[in-house]
Amino acid sequence: MLKYLLPLGLFVGLVVLLAVGLTLNPREVPSPLIGKPAPRFQLPTLENPNRTIGADIFQGKVTLLNVWASWCVACRQEHPFLVELARQGEVAIIGLNYKDTRQAARNWLANLGNPYEINAFDADGKVAIDWGVYGVPETFIIDPKGIIRYKHIGPITLQDWEQKLAPLIRYLKKKS
Amino acid sequence: MRITLFLALLFLNLPGASAGIEIRHFPSPALEKRYQHLIEELRCLVCQNQSLADSNADLAEDLRDEVYAMLIEGKQDQEIVDFLVNRYGDFVLYRPPVKKTTALLWFGPFAALAIGALIFWRLVKRRRLQSAEALSEEERHRLNQFLHKEE
Repeated sequence: MLKYLLPLGLFVGLVVLLAVGLTLNPREVPSPLIGKPAPRFQLPTLENPNRTIGADIFQGKVTLLNVWASWCVACRQEHPFLVELARQGEVAIIGLNYKDTRQAARNWLANLGNPYEINAFDADGKVAIDWGVYGVPETFIIDPKGIIRYKHIGPITLQDWEQKLAPLIRYLKKKS
Repeated sequence: MRITLFLALLFLNLPGASAGIEIRHFPSPALEKRYQHLIEELRCLVCQNQSLADSNADLAEDLRDEVYAMLIEGKQDQEIVDFLVNRYGDFVLYRPPVKKTTALLWFGPFAALAIGALIFWRLVKRRRLQSAEALSEEERHRLNQFLHKEE
């Protein structure tokens, strides 16, 4: 009996292993920044080159930081969702405009709507490197103490929002 | 003619002919060697099966710039590797460190080999036991009868 069960067991084990492997997304690399304070930065805003913002902007409220660019196709797909989110006003949305030009980014916001309270303008992408950004759009959830709690890679779908981001944001708000 | 074409295409495909093409100036050949070594050991996160040296992705270019700048600043190789690991995780290393989360990666293949060897060993042992079984008195008698019949 064991003679037949053993190969069957091994086979089932292999199938389970491969099945789990197939459902994993190799593009989602876990960020080592989760649970750590937001990297410090000093950047001009997209809106006003003379004004700078830094990581202290995250203090005192739950923030959704969205890394985006006007040349990024997936950002265009995600954008209406962010606009809707801003309308509902459940969380403060800050933008990190990545390797873009001021003109292109401003046009984009003028044409498609502006969900961001303010945008940091990272022209050479150096600050994004500090945040471990490797594929826009990326979204971080930052708690009122300025600790990064979650990173989402790629456009946020309704499912991602309902299952992961929204519960976390509600939890962080309740705690503070 | 065809062979020439084939060879030409083959050589075009050599790693030396691929990305990492920025012209950089190094104060010493040793530094250039360290730079080459580092960008070959670090993974590009955009095209994940390419190193920073191989990749044409924008991010790979930016990260090559970072590595170069840090080398010129006089940073040690380990500091540069740590800089990237702190931002992108162990995944940027083609040879990740041995720790709890990477144990399966490092030792899994050996475990599989050990299991395979164990199964093989048991099979061989069982077979040897079967063949070594001696004939009983009655079986030997019958065998002799068959043999004599043939004669």
